[in-house]
Amino acid sequence: MNGGDEMDDDGVGVDGAAVDGAGVDGAAVDGGEIDGAAADQDVVVDSVSVRSGGHRETADLNGRTLPEDQYRSLSRRSFLTGGTAVVGAAVGWRWLHQRPADDRIPDVLRAGHQANERIWRTIFRDGAEAPTFDFAQSSAMRVNGRHGIESPLDVETWELRVVGPEGELLGTYDLDDLRTLPQTEMTVEHKCIEGWSHIVTWGGVVFSDFVERFHPDQADAPFVGLSTPDNEYRVGLERDAMMHSQTMLTLDLQREPLTEDHGAPVRLTTPLKYGIKQIKRIGTIEFATEQPEDDFWTTRGYDWYAAL
Amino acid sequence: MHWINFPVLTVMIWSGLRIYWADRRDPFGVGIGSWHWFNLFPDWFNETLGLERRLARGLAFHTNFGWFFAINGLVFALYLWRTGGWRNFVPTAADIRTIPAVLLHEFKIRKEPPPQGKYNGVQQLSYGAVLLMGFFAVMSGFAIYRPTQLAPLTAVFGGYESARFIHFWVTIGFMVFFVVHLFQVARAGVGNFLSMVTGFELLGPGSSVPGSLVEEDVVARDGVASVAERADTSESEGATS
Repeated sequence: MNGGDEMDDDGVGVDGAAVDGAGVDGAAVDGGEIDGAAADQDVVVDSVSVRSGGHRETADLNGRTLPEDQYRSLSRRSFLTGGTAVVGAAVGWRWLHQRPADDRIPDVLRAGHQANERIWRTIFRDGAEAPTFDFAQSSAMRVNGRHGIESPLDVETWELRVVGPEGELLGTYDLDDLRTLPQTEMTVEHKCIEGWSHIVTWGGVVFSDFVERFHPDQADAPFVGLSTPDNEYRVGLERDAMMHSQTMLTLDLQREPLTEDHGAPVRLTTPLKYGIKQIKRIGTIEFATEQPEDDFWTTRGYDWYAAL
Repeated sequence: MHWINFPVLTVMIWSGLRIYWADRRDPFGVGIGSWHWFNLFPDWFNETLGLERRLARGLAFHTNFGWFFAINGLVFALYLWRTGGWRNFVPTAADIRTIPAVLLHEFKIRKEPPPQGKYNGVQQLSYGAVLLMGFFAVMSGFAIYRPTQLAPLTAVFGGYESARFIHFWVTIGFMVFFVVHLFQVARAGVGNFLSMVTGFELLGPGSSVPGSLVEEDVVARDGVASVAERADTSESEGATS
């Protein structure tokens, strides 16, 4: 902005801010114009004040003055700009609300979610871990949501199916298979997208241990999709989150086997995602090259990435 | 920059309340007594503004518009830094000494108006505080948004729940500031509002050019008629954040 040196001297940048305020609305160009007008006036005013005894003057806090008529036109211009900005904002707001929906939210907001996702996936730090706590600080968590687990669990027939990118069955596992893998315990703050959080202790198998033991050739799959046996509740996660050291196939809550409400016999837990991604009662794990479709809460308006 | 804040902050608070109200069973997760909360936001308030059961949309607006707020704040901070305008928001010892006089005058206890430059001591303090609140709102927002990836930042705020607590009360602070600010601007009158928009102020016949509080001599100058008169009217002229 011009006149910057002057401002430094008397420290009155703020009136410049007010000028900009007018500009807002119209952007820097306006502010520049006004400043320019003001600068010119220093010269003009001298002559004006000589000949106009009865005229009122205007001043800003730099002591720069403007004759009244110029001030009037400046005001008019400022208010026209301001008025245009208000109308523009109103039109923009209306436009936003009338955009076609993409999974239940305006498509531009969905695009915004995806832009945010790209930013955060780019700067993702694999070494960043959620803080952990002592077991004594944790307690049983409330039950929140029964989508996909409404039918009674049949432990006898339950099995964990693992499927490859082409839909081919790569293997089936039961609880004993999971129990024989190295067991890990983790006390973390579970966070719900609704806003609440709860310190809880999970126990089970780190997902990357599971992959390394049973499906090392899938370790580079870009996405993993998980679904309940009835296929009602489905989630997808990107590789970075799935292969993180704190992402687990969880069997225990507070050192007791999961109850049905909490996702028995095995659920996903990870402090890298909100609870909506931590699917209960996993029936199928699918390694995928594309982002899995029909993510339960994404189709209901939420951000697919849902990261923490 | 000041004027961008009004619509953006409005969207942020509105969508933020939608997020807050997602958790109906435990709306006091930040540890505030329920009694207090229900007095602040009665049910009709939430119903009228459609704040309940709108979590997905609330999040979509909040996490996208948040960037406008953050970037606008950053630009304004750079601007204040480059122009030296930040001095208007940091009261000096001399400014702080004027605060009792401003308050006495404000509450009609004392007639004589306090010295008034661009901003008086109370204005400097409250506008400065609002700038700081903006900073804390953004930082605590990021701490809540990515508490795992930005775990060190969240730790600075004392953890996730504590960051939420701070974020929440900064918001309430914004609302209180907004109401007082509007009231004061309205009281200060049209001329003052014009000066907010144009950056120039129309002076009465025979009045002198106002000085800035940054200049020590203005503070010391006692009772310059036009400056003193204007103390009543120039509640706020400049930008906050």
